[in-house]
Amino acid sequence: MAEPLKVEPILSVRDLRTHFFASEGVVRAVDGTSFDLEPGRTLGIVGESGCGKSVTARSILRIVDQPGRIVGGEILLRQAGGQVVDLVTLPVDGKAMRSIRGGEIGLVFQEPMSSLSAYHTIGNQLIEAIRLHSGLSKQAARARAIELLALVGIPRPDQRVDSYSFELSGGLRQRVMVALALAAEPRILIADEPTTALDVTTQAQILELLRRLQQERGLAVILITHDMGVIAEMADDVVVMYLGHEVEKGPVDTIFHAPSHPYTRALLRSIPNVLAKPRERLATIAGSIPHPYARPPGCPFHPRCPEAMPGVCDKGFPEETQIADRHAVACFLYGRETA
Amino acid sequence: MLSYLLRRLGLAAITIWAITLVTFVIIQLPPGDFVDAYVAQASAMGTAISAEEAHALRLLYGLDQPLWVQYVKWLGLVAHGEFGQSFEYGRPVSEVIGDRIWLTVALSLGSILVTWGLALPIGIYSAVRQYSFGDYLFTFIGFVGLAVPSFLLALIIMYVGFRYFGMNVGGLFSSEQALAPWSWAKLWDLMGHLPLPILVLSLPGIAQLVRIMRANLLDELRKPYVVTARARGLAERRVILKYPVRAALNPFASTIGYLLPFTVSGSIIVSVVLSLPTVGPLLLRSLISQDMLLGSTIILLLGILTVIGTLLSDFLLMWIDPRIRHGQH
Repeated sequence: MAEPLKVEPILSVRDLRTHFFASEGVVRAVDGTSFDLEPGRTLGIVGESGCGKSVTARSILRIVDQPGRIVGGEILLRQAGGQVVDLVTLPVDGKAMRSIRGGEIGLVFQEPMSSLSAYHTIGNQLIEAIRLHSGLSKQAARARAIELLALVGIPRPDQRVDSYSFELSGGLRQRVMVALALAAEPRILIADEPTTALDVTTQAQILELLRRLQQERGLAVILITHDMGVIAEMADDVVVMYLGHEVEKGPVDTIFHAPSHPYTRALLRSIPNVLAKPRERLATIAGSIPHPYARPPGCPFHPRCPEAMPGVCDKGFPEETQIADRHAVACFLYGRETA
Repeated sequence: MLSYLLRRLGLAAITIWAITLVTFVIIQLPPGDFVDAYVAQASAMGTAISAEEAHALRLLYGLDQPLWVQYVKWLGLVAHGEFGQSFEYGRPVSEVIGDRIWLTVALSLGSILVTWGLALPIGIYSAVRQYSFGDYLFTFIGFVGLAVPSFLLALIIMYVGFRYFGMNVGGLFSSEQALAPWSWAKLWDLMGHLPLPILVLSLPGIAQLVRIMRANLLDELRKPYVVTARARGLAERRVILKYPVRAALNPFASTIGYLLPFTVSGSIIVSVVLSLPTVGPLLLRSLISQDMLLGSTIILLLGILTVIGTLLSDFLLMWIDPRIRHGQH
């Protein structure tokens, strides 16, 4: 059997480190994360709050707020022409980076209620985004804006285009956010907890919309969530993050059927199950997330890990180990120790 | 929309009527009347005024009539756009106030424009470059501006202006133009005199608005819509000026409501110090001499300015904030 053709990733994050320099100390929000995003696939990034998912997304777009800063690593974007740029080396507010924001990578944010300006009509914001990257005339951009609103399933788009965000429901606002992210036809869409603030029915609709758009337009999607259910439904590949490190990554089936890192297993155990016996307590992960200024030495998960090996896990940092094709784990149970 | 405007205008009219009532009552509150003050002043200067003369004066000015009759008569005059005779000056009130009201309005509007024009960019700068040297510098100047009484500031600026820059300080006109009829030369003379009092009058407002703008903008800068605007590829300057600054602008519109009367009444002492021919010093003088009709007219004008200012700020808010326009929050 021939070797499967290796697909060139559209986006490669290599050993990304984004730290926040506060007066109380340094928070290593993202501390050595690497993953590949392949064209036309959905990469799910999952983890508890504070594990660095959102900061990873913002780092890719270079919109990390002060006092945060990318201190190391590479973010390699393969552009339409095939040439590869390292986003970390681009000037933050420079022309090249701005044309990538929105133009190559669109972002859908977790708070539809406050992600739109209440002082401008949604048409105003859409037309601005369209014209910024395309140079269309005002009329053409307006027509395109109405098309986009129709594409994301907003009823009566020719009227809605002149609405203000506060006149729309949460679900419609999130659809507008998706339209805004797609305004300049990016090839990558980053959805940062796109359904967290929505009710369950609306969640399902937004996920369905994202899936449809991905299939229709061949988008590469990074889906950031804390919800394993969303991952199971949407993702092709999964990165599990804990305290700024990725602890396990692999195809979605592998992660769900053969989870290897104790943290991944714990996460999967803590999903509520409709088949569970009544009054059975939901499994939780012991302990709580360490304080950001006091990260434990060694493997960051060892204080909460049921399989922690004293003298090993609290000493060294586990290197990522390839345990199968496309399946990697950073845990001493599998790999050799590195100092 | 139209009904809202009409309702606001109707309310404004009722408010102005209430102001006339309160004004008249307040003016009557101090013991004695204009004739008492006149007699006291005359005797202090060595002239005796007999009881008959005093009585005749009271009859002349209608001071012997009950209060409500005086009020209705005054209101009747006001309704016709007349404000009666000033007791002290012996001339119609409208004539005594004369140009002063327009000079006051010019000074007020100038101060508001300067306040806005300086507070907006400084506020934006202070918020966007929070904790920078410039931010600390403006914060320092701002607190000094808030803490130092305006009249003291007026004295200092006058001294500095006169001593080191040889400026013609005090008043709004040079001596040769003060009594001359209006001409281009007089207008030009006025323009030369305006900056100093405007600066003194606007400093406290600037200091206050910069703090408000800085705090509001800092709140807005952290909101998700700023991040999403940035993520769409807008340049940083455009992101900030179009979105959070717009959202932080509301206080600018609402300040006009109190800035307008403040620059008139709050500036009395400053106007006296700078000997500005505005309404403020006239009000002070009329209150001392119990020149009722002059005093109540000026207070009425202040009240009307407040109502107009509030009305203006409401309309401005409606214009800049679509949530108010669409009646939602």
